[in-house]
Amino acid sequence: MNRFLLPLGLFVLLAVVLAIGIRHSPEKSIIASPLIGKPAPAFALPSLTDPAHEVRSADLKGHWYLFNVWGTWCGECRAEHEMLLQVRRAGVVPIIGLDWKDNDGEAVAWLTQLGNPYQSVATDHSGRMAIDWGVYGAPETFLVSPEGVVVYKHVGALTPDTWTREILPRVSGLPAGKS
Amino acid sequence: MLPELGHFALILALLLAGLQAFFGIAGPAFARERWTSAVTPAVAGQAVMVATAVVCLVTSFVGNDFSVLYVAENSNTALPLFYRVAALWGAHEGSLLLWILLLAAWTVAVALGSGRLPSRFAARVLGVLGVVSFGFLLFTLATSNPFLRLDPPAPDGRDLNPILQDPGLAVHPPILYTGYVGFSVAFAFACAAMLEGRLDQNWARWTRPWTTAAWAFLTCGIALGSFWAYYELGWGGFWFWDPVENASFMPWLAGTALVHSLAVTDKRGLFKSWTLLLAILAFSLSLLGTFLVRSGVLVSVHSFAADPTRGIFILAFLIIMIGGALALYAWRAPLLRSTAGFELGSRESFLLFNNVLLVTALGTVFAGTLAPLISDALKLGTLSVGPPYFNPTFMISMLPLLALLSVGIHANWKRGRLKDSQRTLLLTFVAAAVLGCGYVFGLYSHAHLLSAVGATLAVWIVLSSLVDPIDRWRRGLTLPRAVLGMTVAHIGLAIAAFALTAVQSFTIERDVALAPGQTAKVGDYEVRFEGVRPVEGPNYDAVGGTLVVTRHGAPVAVMTPQKRRYWVQHTVKSETAIRWHRGNNVLLALGEDLGSGRWSIRVQIRPLVSLVWIAAFIMALGGALAASDRRYRTARAVATAPEATAVGQAG
Repeated sequence: MNRFLLPLGLFVLLAVVLAIGIRHSPEKSIIASPLIGKPAPAFALPSLTDPAHEVRSADLKGHWYLFNVWGTWCGECRAEHEMLLQVRRAGVVPIIGLDWKDNDGEAVAWLTQLGNPYQSVATDHSGRMAIDWGVYGAPETFLVSPEGVVVYKHVGALTPDTWTREILPRVSGLPAGKS
Repeated sequence: MLPELGHFALILALLLAGLQAFFGIAGPAFARERWTSAVTPAVAGQAVMVATAVVCLVTSFVGNDFSVLYVAENSNTALPLFYRVAALWGAHEGSLLLWILLLAAWTVAVALGSGRLPSRFAARVLGVLGVVSFGFLLFTLATSNPFLRLDPPAPDGRDLNPILQDPGLAVHPPILYTGYVGFSVAFAFACAAMLEGRLDQNWARWTRPWTTAAWAFLTCGIALGSFWAYYELGWGGFWFWDPVENASFMPWLAGTALVHSLAVTDKRGLFKSWTLLLAILAFSLSLLGTFLVRSGVLVSVHSFAADPTRGIFILAFLIIMIGGALALYAWRAPLLRSTAGFELGSRESFLLFNNVLLVTALGTVFAGTLAPLISDALKLGTLSVGPPYFNPTFMISMLPLLALLSVGIHANWKRGRLKDSQRTLLLTFVAAAVLGCGYVFGLYSHAHLLSAVGATLAVWIVLSSLVDPIDRWRRGLTLPRAVLGMTVAHIGLAIAAFALTAVQSFTIERDVALAPGQTAKVGDYEVRFEGVRPVEGPNYDAVGGTLVVTRHGAPVAVMTPQKRRYWVQHTVKSETAIRWHRGNNVLLALGEDLGSGRWSIRVQIRPLVSLVWIAAFIMALGGALAASDRRYRTARAVATAPEATAVGQAG
């Protein structure tokens, strides 16, 4: 074979990967979770800020909460952070964080520097819990009802649009927007 | 009216770019003199039209015309004039326009400087540049028109992204893009040579200054970006191996390899097909960078609005440009044989190692950048690759490169007689080891192997680089700018290696919670928190903290980091305070209000970090010196020297 064809061959391979990447990227935000309508996976994980305590799903029953999967290694999470802080300031629904496959020290530094939007943060070093929740990639946010049922999932950074159209109406008992 | 004029000018520019491409490539191919001579007018016309479009958009920004969507999205009446102009490239559409403007500028420069090139060859170069320009103009007009109207007009604009409101914004993207786009010239020269079916040493000599100039701009642009991330964004670091940073770094690595392999092609007529491949690679990686940043395929901290249609368009463009060039390469490169040989230990062999190592480094960065994408495509799950991968893999290829540089700089062309310089090599190395290790172990209490190695290699490079210039000076010979530029650039590299290894080894980072009056000790420094007070800016309000920094009790500075809240976008941004003190860089960032007057404060002490940027600018300066050597501006006495290999008469 002509060795001068090799670069072209490699490039074709790369183009295929990029094409697949492109086909995937718009899907990312609309992947429905098989968990919707089902009970949220139970968890009892060490708290990031206070490792002596556990964050437990059982303790969260009885009121709405957002379950936000993040990590300091995740660029998009940094972009999302300001939105989460606004949600916290709105005071409508608490956010439980799942610090996914992360370094505790860096995660604490992150929250210290950027502000802490979470009521509590559970740590998931092994990534087991994220598998149970069917996490596709950080950031992801789940809305869990007072009965402990997953009612909505958002993939990617939480947007003001999703907040006002999908989450706020559900939490305040109004009919949700287009879904 | 003005936006429509700009839109129209852009459409005319597209047509002219199409003509430029057609005449430039078809003229020489069919030996039509009149077609060939029509290329230059097309270049001039396109440049005027592109400039008109840019002026129209800038005028809309300056005049706060919020009936233009792009202006409404990226400007505001409260925004200072300076930033209203810089907002032009504050988002996707405008930065594409900037890209096109710079491409037009490079094309005009090539057209002006092509007087001594054979007219057929010059036409082909301009034709290939026309293809590139056509692609970008079509992309802009089809998917990212900056002149779209907003009806009804917005009462006020949404304001420029606060991150971008810094003098750094004004200079970073244009300089970076100048570098990116500059590689299109090397690419066009490579494609023209392949279309011509011949590549001689003259070709390399013509290509060298353009490539080196583009490389110098890219070096500057990357350094400014890194400086900007550190100083303005306050991310507490200067390099994150973020996909967008890698997107600018990969063409830089390919360009660095190209600059060196061009030297061999110029001096010895070797590495021809390899040089061509690198020229294609450098520009392809610039294009790939654009694709990665703007298609939303990879998530990055640099938020460009991601849009899949744009991604599909760039991908198609990428396939046509790169695929076309590589197909041309597969067809024509076998014709370009290098006849001369060289021995192991000759300068050629060292430059070959240089290229192998640079391309290896490029490969590791490439793999790390695309790994998340590939694992995603193969459904292996989401993957995030960070500094723990990049730092060591990059170092594995870079440290040998630094060592080889010190040896290879003494090597002669063609013959591998390193024995002649054995004594110099040994002397410089011993001196470097003594100085380098002496510095590291003498100055820092907790010595670190990496920084000792880095300092030794750095001093060795400086000493080795100076041997030849000093020798020339003692013999009363003049120092050509090309050699001077090379020496300066290598010294810049040495400083960068020294600084980077020191920063990597001796940085101290600490997050502290302080109440007013409390003091935290970080490294040799003490930081006393005095409290916060409100501050008001032109389009934001802020809290400013006052911190008194001392070193062993002796006053250093009063620093005032801020936390700003921009009115229009309701975004909060931390404005770090940075102070240089005895080679150390002290960075303070205000964190969160912890209640009852206590605040969290991030303290970072980095030694020598500013040297990293200074080193990059020294490298760029070296590039500029080398590119301006008169040697490249005078034609070789015999235009087609016997060593020139003319192969393949098809055209």
